[in-house]
Amino acid sequence: MQHERPTGPVPASALTLSDALSGEAVAGRPALDVAPRPAFNLREIGDDFVRGVWRENGVFKQMLGLCPALAVTTTAVNGMAMGLATLAVMVASSSSVSIIRNWIPGSVRIPSFIVIIATFVTVVDLFLNAFAHDVHKTLGLFIPLIVVNCIVLGRADAFAARRSLPRAIADALGVGVGFTLALIALGAVRELLGMGSVFGISLFGDAYPPFLLFLLPPGAFIALGLMLAGGTYLAALSARGN
Amino acid sequence: MAGELALIALSAMLVNNFVLARFLGVCPFLGVSRKMDSAIGMSFAVLFVMTVASVVTWLVQRLVLVPFNLEYLRTITFILVIASLVQLVEMVVQKTSPVLYQALGIFLPLITTNCAILGVALLVVQKDYGFLQTLTFAVAASAGFGLAMVLLAGLRESLALAAIPRAFQGNAIVLVTAGILSLAFMGFSGLVRG
Repeated sequence: MQHERPTGPVPASALTLSDALSGEAVAGRPALDVAPRPAFNLREIGDDFVRGVWRENGVFKQMLGLCPALAVTTTAVNGMAMGLATLAVMVASSSSVSIIRNWIPGSVRIPSFIVIIATFVTVVDLFLNAFAHDVHKTLGLFIPLIVVNCIVLGRADAFAARRSLPRAIADALGVGVGFTLALIALGAVRELLGMGSVFGISLFGDAYPPFLLFLLPPGAFIALGLMLAGGTYLAALSARGN
Repeated sequence: MAGELALIALSAMLVNNFVLARFLGVCPFLGVSRKMDSAIGMSFAVLFVMTVASVVTWLVQRLVLVPFNLEYLRTITFILVIASLVQLVEMVVQKTSPVLYQALGIFLPLITTNCAILGVALLVVQKDYGFLQTLTFAVAASAGFGLAMVLLAGLRESLALAAIPRAFQGNAIVLVTAGILSLAFMGFSGLVRG
């Protein structure tokens, strides 16, 4: 599950923000002002973000996290809600993992990550139940199931456990936004075909005969399959155009 | 009682099939179904872990979480129980049956992040099932998972020989196939009400 870009040579003396946060002063100097280069390498962080949104999109490119992606995307709004809930859990858990990464022994790493993720999932679960009860009811079982979303654990283990805090946050944001966009797209396609509307706004008026299949479970599989095929077709077209 | 259990079994296996109607366990369903052998191995590993896990989480829910008012810890407790159970099963199987370990070994670690396992545990709580109902539900659900898995693996082995349009090659045709399979399973709805 590791899809890492080979990172460029990093000077051994480079100090990142999370080293500073870990409170370990290097060579007796105070932790915060020893960085020989800025703790934020904006280009690297931007790259971490962009890669997650498209090039390594969990749903479309890696076929991960499909259970929630297929289950709750009957409308674009539902897809967005699920995506945002997952995004929140990802950012919180990836940054926590990155902060405490030096203290977790390798052998109990996965259980520790799962506990961290489960904690934030519980927070999101209770939060939605209290402040957005309707959303909580629609997403139902799939909120606690964010715990076993392979994308969340995968990014925590393959990326955040070895990177500085800013990079872990950028990566989690990127992958989370990519996941959210994928769910909105799938939800929009299903809503458009199934009800003739997108985000609840009717596009064709009453003349559109609803294609109910796309709101039912089989439609989820078929819609995602058609979208993947469409993507491959467009990629082939543009490759030929060049 | 027997009738009720049969109803639960039929519903979990066919009408509300875990993969094709509830979307639980879609990742292994698509990921491990390329070959029939691995599909069967995965199905048995899921059957085993799901049955044990749902019984243990049911006990935890009834004996620990409810009496001590700790229901808000359910997600954390259940996933920890499942993760450690998978480890335990892996160790026991490795020690006691090398043959079984060879067959199931590589699938066991994947099962921790199989949402069908946690899904069963949470659904059992939601539906407030008793012990026998839980056991039936778990066995039937994993049998349904195995059925869908084996069916898809068979279809994919035939697909490997078919002439597929270029745009649909790879995951796209598998998803469409799964969709048609799910459509076929919708024929069971109406068999059981609710």
